[in-house]
Amino acid sequence: MGAQLRVYRRRIRSVRATKKITRAMELIAASRIVKAQGRVDAARPYALELRRAVSAAASQTSSVDHPLLASGVESKRAAVLIVTSDRGLAGAYSTNALKEAEALSRLLVEEGGQEVVNYLFGRKALGFYSFRNRPIAGSWTGQTDAPTYEQAREIADALLAAYNTDASEGGVDEIHVVYTRFINMGVQEASVLRILPLEVVAASAEDSAREPLALYDFEPSAEVVLDALLPQYIAQLIYSCLLESAASEHAARRRAMKSATDNAEELIKSLVRAANAARQAEITQEISEIVGGADALSDATAGSE
Amino acid sequence: MATLQVELVAADRKVWSGEASMVLVRTPDGDIGVLPGHQPVLAVLVGGGVSIRTAEGSIEAAVHGGFFSVSDNRVSILAESAELSSEIDVQRAEKAAARARQDGSQDDLDRAETRIRVASL
Repeated sequence: MGAQLRVYRRRIRSVRATKKITRAMELIAASRIVKAQGRVDAARPYALELRRAVSAAASQTSSVDHPLLASGVESKRAAVLIVTSDRGLAGAYSTNALKEAEALSRLLVEEGGQEVVNYLFGRKALGFYSFRNRPIAGSWTGQTDAPTYEQAREIADALLAAYNTDASEGGVDEIHVVYTRFINMGVQEASVLRILPLEVVAASAEDSAREPLALYDFEPSAEVVLDALLPQYIAQLIYSCLLESAASEHAARRRAMKSATDNAEELIKSLVRAANAARQAEITQEISEIVGGADALSDATAGSE
Repeated sequence: MATLQVELVAADRKVWSGEASMVLVRTPDGDIGVLPGHQPVLAVLVGGGVSIRTAEGSIEAAVHGGFFSVSDNRVSILAESAELSSEIDVQRAEKAAARARQDGSQDDLDRAETRIRVASL
């Protein structure tokens, strides 16, 4: 067997092995999207009830002057939580989130004159920031494909602690989350959500249009209830961002792995063609060598007579 | 008699929902019992047990961090974590309690002890 043919065969074998791997990853990601969507759905009743309660409490505390609600104070420092994945091979998933975060930071710095503090979720963001030696205020890694509520709570506690500190002492006045919205299996979009200061009013307007809120009694008092509710609401917002990003991550990975599998198929096809041509060329050459050899032999015997 | 529509919801799932005749919860000011026709209330919960009395008997759950709201005979109990007594893994809770005692974390200890107590109900 010729050297060229052997090289082709080896490459075909290796591309086939890669294709098997990417196909398996595609199937795994596909099944995990369903699970991730299930988790998003499972978290929905809590989100709805919590939102109702927050708007009820906010609409009935006559003077809503809670530090977590929109205050109109000009903000000097803003925190940005960037949600990315731990693992790669998910196409542009993490890159898109990071790009969106860069755009947001530029906007905050140039138009708002704010200082940006970064909180990172996922190893990809951590790698991006530590490679560039940028300061990191906090980071969480290890569970991006199935985030838990405990983790969201931990992040919320860290962000709230920063928010409750004065900006001059290293705190922040605004908190934004950059996450990837899951629109459908084919479309995911990196987007920005400002979680603090909260704008409860917008949420309550659409809710109360559907169903008037009852006049609640508060136990022990409206202020205490609101105090307890808002941090939970923040944690829940972060949790739903994490869940949605996880679903997006799996969808992005599935798509990336699908095109990798398709490309491997294409590559195998063209390699097989080249290998066939090489084999044919080898055979042709052998035949012409034999024919040439036989000719030369018969010429030689004819000449000797 | 009117009944209450009860929903017990944890941050990541719906734990239990159904009809009940009475709901007992614990607030910072003391225990509250809710019967059908109760006026709207929004209250903070302290960690502990929640007891839901249904026609088939009572359902006990351990909750941590949350609040509950009542309006129009609908009771929603929202907790950051909630477990029904039948779901609680007592051995795990005891391990958690032992660990919490070692670390001196009062919050974790309370949570674990609540779970053990509710599981034995």
